[in-house]
Amino acid sequence: MSPHPRQTQSILIIEDSEDDYEATIRALKKTNFHNPVFWCKSGQEALDFLKHSGAHKDKTNPMPGLILLDLNMPGLDGRKTLQQIKENATLKKIPVIVLTTSNDERDIEACYRIGANTYVQKPVSFDGLIEAIKRLKEYWFEIALLPKENGNG
Amino acid sequence: MTRMPLNESQPILIVEDSDDDFEAVKRAFKAANLHNPIKHVYSGEEALRYLQSGPSPIPGIILLDLNMPGVDGRKTLEIIKQHEELKHIPVVILTTSGDDRDIEACYRLGANTFIQKPVDFDGLIAAIKRLKEYWFEFALLPKDT
Repeated sequence: MSPHPRQTQSILIIEDSEDDYEATIRALKKTNFHNPVFWCKSGQEALDFLKHSGAHKDKTNPMPGLILLDLNMPGLDGRKTLQQIKENATLKKIPVIVLTTSNDERDIEACYRIGANTYVQKPVSFDGLIEAIKRLKEYWFEIALLPKENGNG
Repeated sequence: MTRMPLNESQPILIVEDSDDDFEAVKRAFKAANLHNPIKHVYSGEEALRYLQSGPSPIPGIILLDLNMPGVDGRKTLEIIKQHEELKHIPVVILTTSGDDRDIEACYRLGANTFIQKPVDFDGLIAAIKRLKEYWFEFALLPKDT
């Protein structure tokens, strides 16, 4: 299936591992994804990026169309980051895909309750991660419709 | 304990007022090799009555059309996503509209995905197949407690 013509939105990757970030980028390239991709190494950095605060004050980066969030990060933990995104009036509309090694029932339910759009168990193998990213890209950019970057509010 | 993706026994709740559209979705599920039990309701009110009756097992996923008489799709979505016992269930909006305002409104209300219903049957089968692969073979879903 070809991408929906309107799907030009960017992806924000919130991931502390450079290796996993690189793998994600490679996977996206393989699926012919040419929209902008942004990377934040921590939950706090991501919130600054999204809210144009802290280190990202006065920046003009657009709101991403999709967020890939690794829950296994030091510092502001992934769940708190998810919560802050989903409780923010401007940011809550952005689909957030939670990626984590945990497949604990309580984690799964907790994330959906907070508003995660999908919970995905992060593959341990490199190839598995590439495959997962491809599936995510195809679903969100070829099947689903994403909210526009410059919508109201 | 390994958690498997949505399995074949978890029912799918389809909220769709048009019999024709429902039949098409049902046929698309068959063509996509999806054999989960399907619960079909015709309206938002019926959906909420059903969900609040404490069905067991609870639906693993809800497909929700927006254009329905009575309690419309958006209101139904809002109620589900604010309900303590229901909010964790993934809701996929499957509707004819591709309007940006509808898209944004639904995501803001907590819709897990917004999909514009393909107008042709082959397109619908393809979309249902992808939905199945994504939600049934890839994503992890909350267990029915």
